[in-house]
Amino acid sequence: MIARHPLASWLLRRLLLGIVVLWGAATLAFIALHLLPGDPARLIAGAESETSPAVIAHIRAEYGFSRPVLVQYGIFLAGLARGRLGTSYQLGQPVSAAIGGQLWSTASLALGAAVIGLVLAFALAVTTAGRPRLRAVTSTFELVCISTPSFWVGIMLLTAFSFRLHLFPVIGNSGISSLVLPWITLALPIAGVLGLVMREGMERALDQPFALTVRARGATEHRLRLRHAVRHSLLPVLTLSGWSLSQLLGGVVVVETVFARQGIGELVVNAVSGRDFPVVTGVVLLTTLVLVVINIVVDLLYRVVDPRLRAVRP
Amino acid sequence: MTVASGPAALAPVGLREGRGRVARYASRPGLVLAGAFLALVCVAAAWPGLLASQAPNAINPAYALQNPGAAHLLGTDQLGRDSFARLVYGARYSLSLGLASTALAGLAGAGWGLIAALGGKVADEVSMRLADIFMSFPSILLALLVVAVLGPGPRNVTVAIAVSLAPGFARVVRVQGLVVKNSEYVTAATALGLRRRTVIARHIAPNVLSPLAVLVTMNVGASIIAGASLSFLGLGVQPPASEWGAMLAQSRDYLQNDWALAVFPGLAITLTVISIGVLGRELQARFEGRTAS
Repeated sequence: MIARHPLASWLLRRLLLGIVVLWGAATLAFIALHLLPGDPARLIAGAESETSPAVIAHIRAEYGFSRPVLVQYGIFLAGLARGRLGTSYQLGQPVSAAIGGQLWSTASLALGAAVIGLVLAFALAVTTAGRPRLRAVTSTFELVCISTPSFWVGIMLLTAFSFRLHLFPVIGNSGISSLVLPWITLALPIAGVLGLVMREGMERALDQPFALTVRARGATEHRLRLRHAVRHSLLPVLTLSGWSLSQLLGGVVVVETVFARQGIGELVVNAVSGRDFPVVTGVVLLTTLVLVVINIVVDLLYRVVDPRLRAVRP
Repeated sequence: MTVASGPAALAPVGLREGRGRVARYASRPGLVLAGAFLALVCVAAAWPGLLASQAPNAINPAYALQNPGAAHLLGTDQLGRDSFARLVYGARYSLSLGLASTALAGLAGAGWGLIAALGGKVADEVSMRLADIFMSFPSILLALLVVAVLGPGPRNVTVAIAVSLAPGFARVVRVQGLVVKNSEYVTAATALGLRRRTVIARHIAPNVLSPLAVLVTMNVGASIIAGASLSFLGLGVQPPASEWGAMLAQSRDYLQNDWALAVFPGLAITLTVISIGVLGRELQARFEGRTAS
């Protein structure tokens, strides 16, 4: 039954589309594994050559490599539908457990960085919008932010704040203090780009007749910016949220290595260098899932931020 | 990356007078500095011996972890190798990784996008949905997936970065291709009775590919960062080769004692990428028919 409410049917369509994207990602990973020259069972077993024939036989049985490829594909998809991602032979545990164990560490890193990045961008936009002299400053800041590799920013922060000033621990997953430097490292590139687009959105808003009206009513400049212009500057931020999220999830991989933190990024780097394919596939699918969900949430948020969009069918 | 379309994207390139060129550049030191620095990096990549007198891999344990000074301009690393020489010789890896992967991505993206734009409805739908799936991943993760399949190493990392860039290029080429395909001069060429192949080669391709060239330039910086990141993670160029990302990975073990080891390779990457960004913006501004402010 198709829901009658336009929003509900839109949501249903988006969910179906999300499932299609997930299926696409899973298929891509499956094709990648099967396009490889050589024995996929040996590949899954990892790079070590001393893998025993018993293990290889076990993998072959579990993945059904002796059956036709289409049957294997069906088994693979059926397993995924039941949430089974296979077993990591490098770690000797189910992929879902390996990923689940690191989820919180990485989520707290990414979420905190997103918040800090947004707050920085917001501060940058509110303080510099409509001040043409600062334009060069913000656009230079943006260029520097996107041109500096985040692993180097992380190393520099470590050198300055951990090794010289001893303000933060050098490595590890212990509490908030070990998160501050990774957060800043991840947040800076996002803040640079989002700050610039927010600033431009706000400048456009300040030029519009409604800004004049608000000023004429005697509102202070602060009130105009924080209450009226902000919403307009949030729209381009929403548009860029997919980009920001990719930036964040990609950055996690590098930043976790720099700060020697445990997490999904560290998990996937180890899996890639050890060619632990089930783990790589698992992380790819998890990332796709996160991106699909966030994209739906963002499209819903458009309607919250801009009431004009509520009138139109999404 | 915005997709340029419409009349602005079709404006003729580089039709400006030569008068006052020196004065124009003198008023924009950023552009001159960026150009000069990039020229220096190119010289380092092509003829490193011109800039560095010492060998990049000459080990001298007696002089390990020296601070910058007269004998060693940027100090030495844990094996007593000259950091400046390593940095100069490393330019080749970073630059070639960045250039090769963007060029490869540009080629693949051009083919991909042209097939979508000119190949009919089914080809368009299939190739663009494929691009959507590719682009739904963070680019570094897509690159990691490719490295997981092909194995580590500089050549595979080049392919990996190209794979992560190509779908974005394909989208731009497709949009541009659709605009050009429906333009009057293409209709005119078709009406004159030119063969389809000639129309594509003479009229469509050149007008589609010049905006791609701008986009490719803007992305060389991003690929240099991606290549350095993968080398930093130990998946790209391997030590003892002095690729900048690999140098930074090694410097992590000596942050306590030797700040110089970590500062200069990062600075080299950043300045190179900023310079490419400055020149890319200039190119884009000229292409769109206005002067960058």
